[in-house]
Amino acid sequence: MELLAFGKTGWGDELFIATLMTIAVSITAMLIGFLFALIFTPLKLSKNKFLNLIGNSYTTVIRGVPELLVIYLFFFGGSGAVMFVASMFGYNEYIEINAFITGSFAIGIISGAYSTEVFRGAIQSIDKGQFEASQVLGLKRVVYFFRVIMPQMLRLAIPNLSNVWQITLKDTSLISVTGLVEIMRQSYIAAGSTRDPLFFYSFAAVLYLSLTFLSMKLINRLEIKYSRGF
Amino acid sequence: MITSLPKLLSATVITLKLLSLSLFFGLFIGLLFAILRLNKNIFVNKFAYGYSYVFRGTPLLVQIFIIYFGLGQIEYFRSTFLWVVFKEPYWCAIIAFALNTGAYTSEILRSAFQTIKPGIIEAGKSLGISNKVIFYKIQIPVAIRQSLPAYGNEIILMMKGTSLASTVTLMDLTGVAKYIISTTFKPIEVFIVAGGIYLFMTFIIHNLIKFLEKKYSFN
Repeated sequence: MELLAFGKTGWGDELFIATLMTIAVSITAMLIGFLFALIFTPLKLSKNKFLNLIGNSYTTVIRGVPELLVIYLFFFGGSGAVMFVASMFGYNEYIEINAFITGSFAIGIISGAYSTEVFRGAIQSIDKGQFEASQVLGLKRVVYFFRVIMPQMLRLAIPNLSNVWQITLKDTSLISVTGLVEIMRQSYIAAGSTRDPLFFYSFAAVLYLSLTFLSMKLINRLEIKYSRGF
Repeated sequence: MITSLPKLLSATVITLKLLSLSLFFGLFIGLLFAILRLNKNIFVNKFAYGYSYVFRGTPLLVQIFIIYFGLGQIEYFRSTFLWVVFKEPYWCAIIAFALNTGAYTSEILRSAFQTIKPGIIEAGKSLGISNKVIFYKIQIPVAIRQSLPAYGNEIILMMKGTSLASTVTLMDLTGVAKYIISTTFKPIEVFIVAGGIYLFMTFIIHNLIKFLEKKYSFN
């Protein structure tokens, strides 16, 4: 227990901050994922073959390639890509991107592919009559999307989105290879300096388990809220 | 881009070895724990549930690190014959993968067992077939057929999971890709080649499962 003490003697405060970091990265990645899903779900549902192809290749490639490889691509290629864009605007200095941004972007793209599939499935399982009825009633597109389709879609999507959240949360452990100090990286540092890897990695496992457990409890509440009336 | 292909292809062999061995052991672990989950004894049941909960609720990376870095720390453990296996990163990775995929497989098989129509088992009983034969000749084949689509997904997830072997010094496809990227600084090219190989394997697995599903479909 001494090892987990707060302050200079133990690793308690470091691990606590690292846990907050894991939560922050997971939430950012999940939101970035939603952004990607917002772009790619319409593409996947589109009748245009070319747009369809773009949507499908995004989800197929990302879901078929290991997460670690995607992270390496961003880690090694990220700053290069940004510098390339910057050089087009005449800026030729070295740019280093923060590990938090690269990490949450890489995980966000992965999580986005899963979210896209979830949203596609949810929209497709909404009764067609709902779309037709809104058109007949002359609702504006924005209104009918946000007030008619969205609430029904969310009810169907939440259980699957909770899976996506679990995957995203667990994937953030992989960002530790880029040096971002989240739970896994902090345990690695602590294990290295105390020579007690068994304890620290087991503790990391406990932290992840409690994060997944707590988020399940929260999501269950959301599920109840959105399935009112069904 | 082309020059890295031979190295990456030879690394693919290691990825495939890791995948097939961990799936092989994982299937046995999964079947064992699925049977334990269906046991009426509450302790056995809870134990199996706890196993699958822990392994599904923590990242695979933590599991590998506990097995590879953590277990070596126990003095007593190092003196047993098991140490021969656990000191190799290769076997540590396979053990971690097998335990992980075993947890997911047990869930898949359990739900398959539970969705078997009771009528099938009753029909077997009324024909006077012994419980053992019903289990091996009726329940298991039906459960395997029902769990094929989900198991196919699990195989693909496990294939992606083997990339984590690179974190414990193994030079699998991802490990070699990372090495080439960090020496040549050509991340995009290497990503295309390595990612292409992974996608190809996904494609093969996907179609293999589809083929098996058709072959073993009931109609």
